[in-house]
Amino acid sequence: MPTETTKSIFFRGVRDAAPFLLVVGPFALLFGVVATEAGLSVFETLSFSVAVIAGAAQFTALALMEDQVPTIIVLISALAVNLRMAMYSASLTPYLGGATLGQRAVAAYFLVDQSYALSILKFETNPDMTMPQRLAYFSGTVAAVCPFWYVFTFAGSLIGESIPESLALDFAVPITFLALITPMLRSRAHVAAAFVSIVMALLFVWLPFNLGLLVAGITAMMTGAEIERRTTLRSGGNA
Amino acid sequence: MIDKGTLWLVIIGLGVGSYTMRFLFLGFIGNREMPEWFLRHLRYTAVAVLPGLVAPLVVWPEATGGNLDAPRLIAAVVTIIASLVTRNIVLSIILGALSLYGGLYLLG
Repeated sequence: MPTETTKSIFFRGVRDAAPFLLVVGPFALLFGVVATEAGLSVFETLSFSVAVIAGAAQFTALALMEDQVPTIIVLISALAVNLRMAMYSASLTPYLGGATLGQRAVAAYFLVDQSYALSILKFETNPDMTMPQRLAYFSGTVAAVCPFWYVFTFAGSLIGESIPESLALDFAVPITFLALITPMLRSRAHVAAAFVSIVMALLFVWLPFNLGLLVAGITAMMTGAEIERRTTLRSGGNA
Repeated sequence: MIDKGTLWLVIIGLGVGSYTMRFLFLGFIGNREMPEWFLRHLRYTAVAVLPGLVAPLVVWPEATGGNLDAPRLIAAVVTIIASLVTRNIVLSIILGALSLYGGLYLLG
């Protein structure tokens, strides 16, 4: 890896992220369509996607506003959906914390499910990457995904009519993420964390504001960390 | 109809709030040392959040009104098995999608 140029690593990021266009494109298109149907202008719809750049939170906010829910509840609910971004931010800090403040400020804006999931997988499996290489890879994943978030939102708001349901686009998100999760299951601790995450998310799905995911995430992280601690104790490690 | 004032309040509030959460650790902690117990928890963020994000979507798909749906469940299983066997993310996505469309065509 150290022999690779930052340019080739950037394009590796682009290549790795390219399949996610199959998710991001239709998802953004759908947001554009739904927002226009809810009475938003093209400019308002596009501003929404540029300011927030998070599909699930945008759909949540839009649906609640249409139901005439009080603004403060709209904000709390949609921000709760995005709470996982704070966890992503913490998770990437050991790898990107050494970058300049400006670089971190830009990276934070482009921290989305896809750029996070691909980058953390890359950084963990290649601990020798230098800072420029990490930033190049992250930028590559962003370049392949984020511009299309805007472009397809724009296209969707111009089309303004429903996408056929037979395309089953709702299931593009689960499939792409499932394919990403499996390579992350490197140890017993990772498998246990994933298992706890699934069980808790299903058990607490009734919680409002998507808080079930937060409960699942925190308990699963504690599970993984505890198993790792016991494993290193038993093997006499000093970590 | 959505009130324009409300709309812009939500767009700006949600934009600022989301950015703050993304910047929180990356921006404020930066290169500072974090305690080992905290780092140990962070190592499991991805496997702790992403499966929980996906699980309800698989079990109670919105498109079927929240009812368990055979083609979607099979597609999820195919994707997992494909990624375990092939270790190839793109191939797994393609096989999962093919299985979804095949399932919807045959069973839907």
